[in-house]
Amino acid sequence: MIYQDSKTLLAVRGLHATVNGIEILKGLDLTVKSGEVHAIMGPNGSGKSTFAKVLAGHPAYAVSGGAVVFEGGNLFELKPEARARAGVFLGFQYPIEIPGVANSQFLRLAYNTVQAGRGKDELDPLEFDDFVREKMKLLEMNPDFLDRSVNEGFSGGEKKRNEILQMALLEPKLAILDETDSGLDIDALRIVAGGVNQLANKDNAIVLVTHYQRLLNYIVPDYVHVMDAGRIVKTGGKELALELEARGYDWVGAEVKANAGVNA
Amino acid sequence: MNTASTSRYLDSLLQRQPPASSLTWLNELRANAVDRVGALSVPTTRDEDWRFTDISPLTKLSFQPARDAAQLAPATVEQWAITEASARLVFVDGIYAPQHSFNRAGITVENLASGVTRHDAAARAHLGRHAGFERNAFAALNTAFLHDGALIVVPRDMALAAPVHLLCIATRKQTASYPRCLVIAESGSSVTIIEDFVALQDEAYFTNAVTEIALAGNAEMHHVRAQREGAAAFHIANCAVSLAQASRYHSVSVALGARISRHNLGVLLAAEGAECSIDGLALIGGAQLADTHSLIDHALPQGKSRQLHKCIVDGAARAVFNGNIMVRTGAQRTDSSQSSRNLLLSGKARVDTKPQLEIFADDVKCAHGATVGQLDVDEVFYLNSRGLSDTAARNLLTYAFGAEIIGRIGVASLRNRLEQAVLAQTQTAAAGAARES
Ligand SMILES: Nc1ncnc2c1ncn2[C@@H]1O[C@H](COP(=O)(O)OP(=O)(O)O)[C@@H](O)[C@H]1O
Ligand SMILES: [Mg+2]
Repeated sequence: MIYQDSKTLLAVRGLHATVNGIEILKGLDLTVKSGEVHAIMGPNGSGKSTFAKVLAGHPAYAVSGGAVVFEGGNLFELKPEARARAGVFLGFQYPIEIPGVANSQFLRLAYNTVQAGRGKDELDPLEFDDFVREKMKLLEMNPDFLDRSVNEGFSGGEKKRNEILQMALLEPKLAILDETDSGLDIDALRIVAGGVNQLANKDNAIVLVTHYQRLLNYIVPDYVHVMDAGRIVKTGGKELALELEARGYDWVGAEVKANAGVNA
Repeated sequence: MNTASTSRYLDSLLQRQPPASSLTWLNELRANAVDRVGALSVPTTRDEDWRFTDISPLTKLSFQPARDAAQLAPATVEQWAITEASARLVFVDGIYAPQHSFNRAGITVENLASGVTRHDAAARAHLGRHAGFERNAFAALNTAFLHDGALIVVPRDMALAAPVHLLCIATRKQTASYPRCLVIAESGSSVTIIEDFVALQDEAYFTNAVTEIALAGNAEMHHVRAQREGAAAFHIANCAVSLAQASRYHSVSVALGARISRHNLGVLLAAEGAECSIDGLALIGGAQLADTHSLIDHALPQGKSRQLHKCIVDGAARAVFNGNIMVRTGAQRTDSSQSSRNLLLSGKARVDTKPQLEIFADDVKCAHGATVGQLDVDEVFYLNSRGLSDTAARNLLTYAFGAEIIGRIGVASLRNRLEQAVLAQTQTAAAGAARES
C-alpha cells in the first residue's frame, strides 16, 4: 500500500551487473518505499532473477556500475549474511536442497542468527518449536516438514511455502520473492499469497518477481514494472499487469524502441 | 624398501606369540598363518591394491603385543559406554578385560580364547575360513596371533534388538594389538554389533583387526564400525562377510582417527536373494590417510547391494576408496548400486576414488558413480542469504555431508556421539577452508 511520507527503503540507480563476464543488468532503476508492494514482470531471460540475486549478494554476480541504497546505506558494502540481518530477504525461484540438515535445525539457526544480529532474543529448541509451528499454521504447512532435510524431496509448492515460512520467521524489511507463484496450484497459491499479505505492513516492502498476472489477483501490487533486456522499461499501476496478460510483452519492447527513436 | 627387509619386518612382529591352544586345528591354523607371514611381505605402493597407500611409515617402527592388560578405572571405560548395549566386550591393547565386560544379551558373547573350545565345531567351521590370509600379510599376522577376541553366536530365530558393543581401547605406545571377531548368526536371527576403536593416547601404535561374519539363511545383521583411533595410530582391518540365502547385512563404517588406516571389506553374497548395504564415511584432516577397499561379490542370483561411501578431506590428508562390485556369471537379476561422494575442503586435500564394476551376467541392474568436489556455492549462498556467516554455512554443509552416513546408524547414543565428533571436526575443518577460499 502507498503511504504518504513513507521513507525510501531501496533506491536502485543505473545498476549494471555481469555474470561470467556477460552483462545482464544494463542500467536498472527502481525506488521502493516502505509499505509498498511492487511487481516486476518481464519475459524469461530479461534479468529478473539476476536482479534479485544481485540484491541478495550472490557471489557469481558482479556489480559493474550504478548504486543501490538500502535504508540510507550502500547495500554493496554488506556481505550477503549482513544484508539478511539488515532485513533483505530473497525468496528463491529454485530453493536449494540441503540433505542431512533438518529443516527445524536450519530454520532455528537462521532465526537465531538474524535475531542476534538485530540484538534481539534467541530461542532455545523448545521455544522455537512452538514459535515455528504457529508460523506454519499461517501457511497450512504440515509440521512433518520440520523433521525432513531442508527442501529435500519437497514438491515445488512445498519448497515455496518453506521460503515464505522463512520470510515469516525472519521478518524482513524488504522481501524479494522470485517466482514464488510458479509450481503452485490454485489452493497453494491462495494460501501462500494469504501468508504474504499477512506479513505485509507499513514498515516493510515486497517486490514480487513473476511473469504471470495470476499471483497479482491475490497480492495486489501498488506498482507494476516491466523488465526487458536488463532494465525496467515501463512502470504502471496494477492494471498494467492485466494489459500484459492480454497483450503479451512484445508491444512494450516496441514502445520502448519507438520512444528511443523519438528521443534520438 | 625391498622385499627382503619388509619380510624381515613381519618376522620381527612375530615375537611374543600367544600360548598353544588345546585345540589342534587352532594350532594348525596359527602355524599356517605364521608360515604365510614368513612368505609374504609388507605391501608397497607397487602392489596394485596399495597403490595410493604408502604403509612404509609402519615399517619404520617396532610394535609388540602388550604383555599384560593395563588397569583402567571403570569411569575411563564408561566414557565410551553405549547405553543401549545388552553386552560388551572390552579389549585393552588387545587383551580381554573381563572386569569391564558384561553380557545380558542371552546369546553367546564371549572372549574367543575361551569360547573357541566351548563352540569348537562352529568356530572351526568359520574361523579363518572367510578372511583368507594366503595373500594378505596383515590377515595372516592377525591369525598368527589369534587368541583374545570376540565370539558371538546368535541362535536360530533369535532377534536381539539391543546392540553388542566390542570396545578396543589403545593405551600404550608401540603396542601391536590383533583384535579378532567372529560372528555366527544362525538362520532367521538378527543382531546389531558395534566395533569401536578408541584410544587414550596420541602416540604410534598398531591395530591389526580381522572380523569374520557368517549369516545363515534369512539372518540379518547391522554392523557399525567406529574407527576413532589415536592421531598417530596405524589401523589395518580386514572384514569378511558371507551371506547365505536371503540374509541381509547392513554396515556403517565411520573412520575419524589414525594416521594411516586401511579397511578391507569383503562381502560375499553366497546364496540367492542375499542383500547388503554398505555405507562409509571417512572424515580426515592434517596428514591422515584413510583407505577403504571393498569387494561386494555377487555369486548367485537375485542379490541386492547398495553402497554409499563418502570422504571429507581437509588439510593435506588423503582418502582412498576402491569399491569393487563383482557380478559372477550365475548372478542373474542382481540389483546393485554404488556411489562414491567426496568433499575436499582444502587445496592440498586429495582423494583417489575408483569404483569398479565387473559384470559377467547379462540380466542385471547395476549403477555406479563418483563425485569429487568442494562445497556448492549455491548451497553456501542460500545459507548466507538466511543470515549465516560463511564459516557457519560451511560448517553446517560439511557436517550435513557426513551426517547423511552417520544418520544411518541405528543406535541413537552412538549416532549422537559420532554426530558431535563430526560437528567438532567439521568446525575446525570448515574454518580452515573458509580462510583459504
Ligand atoms: N549463472 C549464470 N551464468 C550464465 N548466464 C546466466 C547466469 N544467470 C543468468 N544468466 C543469463 O542471464 C540472463 C537473465 O537470466 P535471469 O536473470 O535468470 O532471467 P529471468 O529471471 O528474467 O528469467 C539469461 O540470459 C540467463 O541465461
Ligand atoms: Mg527468473
